[in-house]
Amino acid sequence: MIWATAFPLALRALWRNKTRAMLTALGVIIGVGSVIAMVAVGAGAQARIAQQLESMGSHSLMVRAGTITRGGVRTGAGTTTSLTVADAEAIAELPGVIAVSPTVRASVQARYGGSNWGTVVDGATPGFLEVRAWPLAEGDPFTERHVAAAAHVCVLGQTVARELFGLVSPVGEVIIIRGLACRVLGVLAAKGANAWGVDQDDSILAPLSMVQRKLLGITHIQAIEIQTSGAQAAARLEAEVKRLLRERHRLQPDQEDDFRIHNRAELAETSAESARVFTWLLGSIASVSLLVGGIGIMNIMLVSVTERTREIGIRMALGARRRDILWQFLLEALFLSAAGGLLGILLGVGSALALGHFSQFQVAIAPWSILLAFSFAGLVGVFFGLHPARKASRLRPIEALRYE
Amino acid sequence: MPPLIALEQVHKRYLMDGVAVHALRGIDLAVERGELLAIMGPSGSGKSTLMHILGCLDLPDSGRYRLDGVDVTHMDPDALAHTRNRTIGFVFQSFNLLARTSALENVETPLIYAGVGRDERRERARAMLERMGLGDRMGHLPSQLSGGQQQRVALARALVTRPPLLLADEPTGNLDSRTSAEILALLDELNHAEGVTVVLITHEEEVAQRARRRLTLRDGRLDRPEGPP
Repeated sequence: MIWATAFPLALRALWRNKTRAMLTALGVIIGVGSVIAMVAVGAGAQARIAQQLESMGSHSLMVRAGTITRGGVRTGAGTTTSLTVADAEAIAELPGVIAVSPTVRASVQARYGGSNWGTVVDGATPGFLEVRAWPLAEGDPFTERHVAAAAHVCVLGQTVARELFGLVSPVGEVIIIRGLACRVLGVLAAKGANAWGVDQDDSILAPLSMVQRKLLGITHIQAIEIQTSGAQAAARLEAEVKRLLRERHRLQPDQEDDFRIHNRAELAETSAESARVFTWLLGSIASVSLLVGGIGIMNIMLVSVTERTREIGIRMALGARRRDILWQFLLEALFLSAAGGLLGILLGVGSALALGHFSQFQVAIAPWSILLAFSFAGLVGVFFGLHPARKASRLRPIEALRYE
Repeated sequence: MPPLIALEQVHKRYLMDGVAVHALRGIDLAVERGELLAIMGPSGSGKSTLMHILGCLDLPDSGRYRLDGVDVTHMDPDALAHTRNRTIGFVFQSFNLLARTSALENVETPLIYAGVGRDERRERARAMLERMGLGDRMGHLPSQLSGGQQQRVALARALVTRPPLLLADEPTGNLDSRTSAEILALLDELNHAEGVTVVLITHEEEVAQRARRRLTLRDGRLDRPEGPP
């Protein structure tokens, strides 16, 4: 019954002061709008980082050949020859390992017709594309059979394909790598720069055995990429891989490792975590404006209570109880914040979409941010509306009636 | 049946600018149903304070006040609000209509707090405004009405809940003499025809002449200089 009476009264009071009500709600509109827009920007950045991590092969460990010390001379990373395909196969047996990919790399000059281009050839097994989550744009990847036969085939990165072939499709063509004729089986999808600014598309992918024997003349490998089931598995496997490799390489306890392990999962966690922090930071800065909007509501409601003291006195004389007055003013504040919240959602979603459309920002509108901002607006309405409403309801009828 | 109003030794003190004022010094008063009573007195005699206590807008410091047989002396604010809504209709010198609110909505307001449904509310408010001769002014705002019309709206609002008591505090104080006479005639007629008990508080002799019983308030005490006992 209180609601049934206070509802239309509150609406009517707001309607009589349309301009003021709009201006008061504006604070909440901007507050809710900016929370949604800012969180959308943050969540967009988060999604982008997640994509980048995915493309780098997150949850992965990277084993690289290490340094050896010979007669006091340390030869630098990547100079040991002890890392082998057999090591990679042994690692693949460990629990928690999803895929392994042994790799070598050669710097080459590639030629096709009159064009040539300096790039690198990555020798790998078919598992490499799985570890890197790297699809093909056209053609096919090479297979285990190609690897077993050290076949003269390759898959081109987008940059290499563009530099050698321009707009023509390279699939089925033959390119010359260090004097070797290699058939192009496919072209990799564009991947862009990695987190360190290296163009990942500027490379050629070829069977591991072919690069080892025909281009480098070696039998060892330079790196093993290990895909694991998650960050926790990666952390556990880091120690196990270390133990396994030391054992396989017959290292004495006083000898240092002849390999290095990089845990990318850790990096991935860190980046994802900082993106989350970034989102929350943006969100909380925006919620300050929502708080300011709430203070605006309280301010106007207090003014309104003072202005309408006489009205409150008349209503009390006519039989309004304290809670009738309380609800009337509280509902006014709630209406303002709820209407402001709804319009703010429109503003926030609109500006996030506009930002995504007209600027470089990637945005992702998070449903939870809409819910959070709207309920926060409601809370702001109750919190900042309660004080003026209580003040109104506690007026003494004779003093309110006498008020000029 | 007990009298509608029964005051016993009512005292009221309050602070005004830091000075204690003993506004009512032991008021004894009984008002029977159907009376038309005038309470007169110069300004500062305690008229307003008495009116606030009679209207349940304020409580006495000591003594007892029974309204319609119910002791209201120690009621909480909500119970007082309920009593005002059911038992008392107010008419003020300055009309006290809700600004920017139509005549009809003004008259509906006490029915809202009485919990009367929307349709019945509208119906009763309409009927009461028509009875006051304002059938063609229902949608008007107070600022669009003359003083006399505003006071009629206030009267309609006071009577729409059919209260047994009508408290009129200087009801003609802001009106010219011709309109004053109309309002007083209306009060007289309501008293006669409907049996509404009317308590008129005024300092004007000619207004008090209307009443069958007159009391004068002086320095917080009532005496009966004239009229039948």
